[in-house]
Amino acid sequence: MEFYISALVLGLCLSAMGLGIFITMKIFRIPDITTDGSYTLGAAVTAVALTQGWTLSATLGLTLLSGAVAGVMTGLVHTRLKIDALLAGILVMTGLYSVNLSVMGRSNIPLINLETIFNKLSIFSRSVYNELWVGLLFLFILSGLIAYLLRTDFGIAMRATGNSESMTRALGINNDRMKIIGLAIANALTAISGFLVAQYQNFSDINMGIGIVLVGLGSVLIGDALINWIGIRNIWLQLLTVMLGCILFQMVLAVALSVGVNPNFLKLITALFVLIIVGIPRLARRRKH
Amino acid sequence: MIRLAEVSKTFNRGEVNEVEALRGIDLEIAPGSFTVLLGSNGSGKTTLLNVISGAILPSAGNIYIRSNEVTDLPEHRRSRWIARVFQDPLGGTAPDLSILDNFRLAALRTAAKTLRIGINDAFRKKVQDTIAELGLGLENKLQQPMGSLSGGQRQALTLLMSVMDHTDILLLDEPTAALDPKSADVVLRTAEKIIGKFQLTTIMITHNLGESLRFGNRLIQMDQGRIIRDLNASEKEKVRLEDLYQWFQ
Repeated sequence: MEFYISALVLGLCLSAMGLGIFITMKIFRIPDITTDGSYTLGAAVTAVALTQGWTLSATLGLTLLSGAVAGVMTGLVHTRLKIDALLAGILVMTGLYSVNLSVMGRSNIPLINLETIFNKLSIFSRSVYNELWVGLLFLFILSGLIAYLLRTDFGIAMRATGNSESMTRALGINNDRMKIIGLAIANALTAISGFLVAQYQNFSDINMGIGIVLVGLGSVLIGDALINWIGIRNIWLQLLTVMLGCILFQMVLAVALSVGVNPNFLKLITALFVLIIVGIPRLARRRKH
Repeated sequence: MIRLAEVSKTFNRGEVNEVEALRGIDLEIAPGSFTVLLGSNGSGKTTLLNVISGAILPSAGNIYIRSNEVTDLPEHRRSRWIARVFQDPLGGTAPDLSILDNFRLAALRTAAKTLRIGINDAFRKKVQDTIAELGLGLENKLQQPMGSLSGGQRQALTLLMSVMDHTDILLLDEPTAALDPKSADVVLRTAEKIIGKFQLTTIMITHNLGESLRFGNRLIQMDQGRIIRDLNASEKEKVRLEDLYQWFQ
């Protein structure tokens, strides 16, 4: 049972990243793969700050800032140099590998005997319940904040930018600036996932972000399929569904492991699972036509 | 109100597919006037509207709006004076956003988009009353996505959106080109109403020769990037449909 609860907690930790990918992919329609780098950056900054005695709130602030800066870099490359968003993301992600390595100073930092967000906010005697509680707390706070943001005048402008650039330009919106801000918010959210996972797993590793964008992408696609299937219109419920997608994704991987799949094949299973999520609706649509 | 001095626009300069879309255009548009632009495809009408709105920047020349030089000002910064209705009904609205969200953005065209929730009961009522004037029954469907409406309904709403915030200039780029005759009539009647009510300086592109005679107090014909005819109100009144057909021979 605890194995599945761990998967659930990991899904909750990664759901911030799911929100970030939802913002770039579904709101701005930008394929941003800075995620792989900004997730590790969040974990690297967290590990270094905590081992150097920073408070948890200061560490969280620094993590958010570092993720946002990574997003701004991708945004600047994409909008100022007019480089395709996908390539801009690849460039920044590649560069971030070296940045992360120099932030950490080595490839792995263990977080042993340090106060983490999970024991700081503990209210239960069993650690697994505290991890669940902290994960849920972050899920509700982040989804609430982003839902509020998307309902504000600024948020409506954000949503419109990804929907009709000709309209937003004619309505006085600087699309380039809006994209940069969107990428900053998205990567700050991804860095929060790095912040949580590093503390949940008690280490930060230079390779922990490899392929994580695929996990986020698959999670958002699951969430999106549920949103369309159920017909959810409320923004907050949409965001919660995307976050639920992250949890479901981790549960599927947990089931795969529990039925005896070799952990070496986990990345392959992840890729195949995303392929199925993307492929089945397309095949179904083709049949209909 | 609007002045263009020696404005030229060349696309793909120095390449095999180089196109001179505008050639030394000198044009003054008086405040409150309604100018109709005519011309065959590729004559430069839409490029002219685009350089006025800032959607594209000219290769040479200067553009002034209300005596401010705006030549290098991007479109989003010229929106403080200009509202625009696109040829494609999809272009002027955000299809995934609700009617209400679209109107909220339109109401903030010249204002900052801040971190406050601006859609409240008073705003909802204002939008409802505005849309009710169309008589299309859309005032009770404010939460419906804009994309679910017909092209005619969207164009009519885009026109109403253009006057949700203060505007001086209205650019209409073939607003009825993609519409059936009935929808086109609703859109044109709405346009006529708001142009008169708000005393807007209007430039409209049309391929419909009947429309070009019915609307406006100035008629300009373009060909190969140049203005080849420019008729004032009294000259325009004398023009018959047959004359227009002859212009295009």
